[in-house]
Amino acid sequence: MVVRNVVVLNRAGIHARPATMIVDTANRFKSKIFLKKDDLQINARSIMIILTLGATYKTPLQIITEGEDEEAAADAMTALFDSKFETHE
Amino acid sequence: MNTLTVLDLLGLNCKSNKDLKLSVVAGRKGLAREIGTSYVNRPGLALSGFFDQFAHDRIQIFGRGELAYLKQLSREQCIDSLEKLFRYPIPCCIITSEYDDDSAIIEIGEKHNIPILKTELNSSDFALRIITVLGDYFAPSEIIHATLIEVFGIGVLLQGDSGIGKSETALELITRGHRMIADDAVKLYALSGEILMGTGANEVTRHHLEVRGLGILNVNHLFGVGAIREKKQIQLIIHLEEWAPQKNYDRFGAQDITKTYLGIDTPFIELPVKSGRNIPILVEIAAMNERLKKLGYNAAREFNENMLEWLENKRTRDLYFKNEDQF
Repeated sequence: MVVRNVVVLNRAGIHARPATMIVDTANRFKSKIFLKKDDLQINARSIMIILTLGATYKTPLQIITEGEDEEAAADAMTALFDSKFETHE
Repeated sequence: MNTLTVLDLLGLNCKSNKDLKLSVVAGRKGLAREIGTSYVNRPGLALSGFFDQFAHDRIQIFGRGELAYLKQLSREQCIDSLEKLFRYPIPCCIITSEYDDDSAIIEIGEKHNIPILKTELNSSDFALRIITVLGDYFAPSEIIHATLIEVFGIGVLLQGDSGIGKSETALELITRGHRMIADDAVKLYALSGEILMGTGANEVTRHHLEVRGLGILNVNHLFGVGAIREKKQIQLIIHLEEWAPQKNYDRFGAQDITKTYLGIDTPFIELPVKSGRNIPILVEIAAMNERLKKLGYNAAREFNENMLEWLENKRTRDLYFKNEDQF
C-alpha cells in the first residue's frame, strides 16, 4: 500500500472535469485507488463519489493505492494533482 | 461525531412534519454555539435553583410552565435566576409559548450571547420534532460506494466494483418504474440502532446517474418526480460481481446470509454477472422474494419441508406395500 499526501492546487477545486481526469487516470492502473479526506475514504474510480468529497482549493487529500502497480498509480495521481488538472494537449 | 451549531440548526432543510418553525429573538452573537446531543431539557428545576444533574449541554425549552414561573417572580428574582442558569454553557434556549417582548430572558440572553429562539409550535410537538431531526443528524453514518434503488417497495442497495454495471442496472430499473434514491455515493445512517437508512451523500450530486458513454444524467428531469425518492430503509443488499467459475453461489436460498453496516444486519445476496443473465430482472425478483419472506413465506424452506414430507410419505407407503407383498 502506498500513501501520498496531496493538496488541491486549482482554484475551482475538484469539480466535474478534474473528477473525470482522476477517474481516467485511475482506470489506467490495476491497483485499487482511494482518495481520503479527513476520515472519509472513497473509491477514485467513481466520478459521483469524488464530487461528493467537496474538495475545494487547498484541501489536503491522501492518495492511497494498493495492488501490483501501486507505485506507478500513486506517481500518476500525484502528478495529476500537481499539474492543477490542466490538460497538456 | 458531527457537530451542529445553532446556526446550522436554523439552516437545516426540514420539511412538512419536521419543520421546526424557528426564528431568532435574541443573542445572535452566540449562534456559533454547538449543540452536542439530540436530547432536550426543560429547565424548570434549574430555574428554581436546583442544579444537580442539570443537563446544560442540551437545548433548553422554555414552555408555558417555565414562563409562568418566571412571570410570578419579581424582575430582580427573575434576572437572578436566569443569570445562574446562563452561567452554564448551554447551546440555546427555545421559547414555545407566548412571551412579553420586554421579558428578562431576552435581556439576559443578549447579555450572555446565548441564542434565544422561538417556535410557532407548542412544547410537546416541538420536542417530538427536534428529537427526530437531531436524532437523524447525530445518527451514526457512513458513506459507501453503492447504488440505492427502491424496487417494489423494498430498498435495494446494489454494490460491486466500478464498471460492473450498477448504474446501468439502476437505469433499467428506473425505466421499469422503480425509484432511485442515490447512485455511486450512498450515505448510510442508523436510526435507533435498528433501522438502516440510505440517502444521497450530497445534495448536488443526488439523483444524478453517471453512465459510461452517456455521461451524467439527471433522473429527476428525465423521468420525473415519480422516479426519485429522498431516502429509504435498506432491506436488501445485492453484491454484483464477475462470475467466478470456481466459486460456489447460493443454489438453494434457504440460508439467511446477512451483511452488517453500522451494527445492523441486512439480508445479503451475491449475484454473479454473466452474459445471458438479465441483472435488472434478477434484482426485481430478489426484491419480490424478499417481500414474500417478510410476509412469512420462504419458498426455499417451504420447498424443503414439502420434499421431506413427500419422502416420509413415500417411505411409509413403500414399507406398507412391501409388507403386503410378503403376505
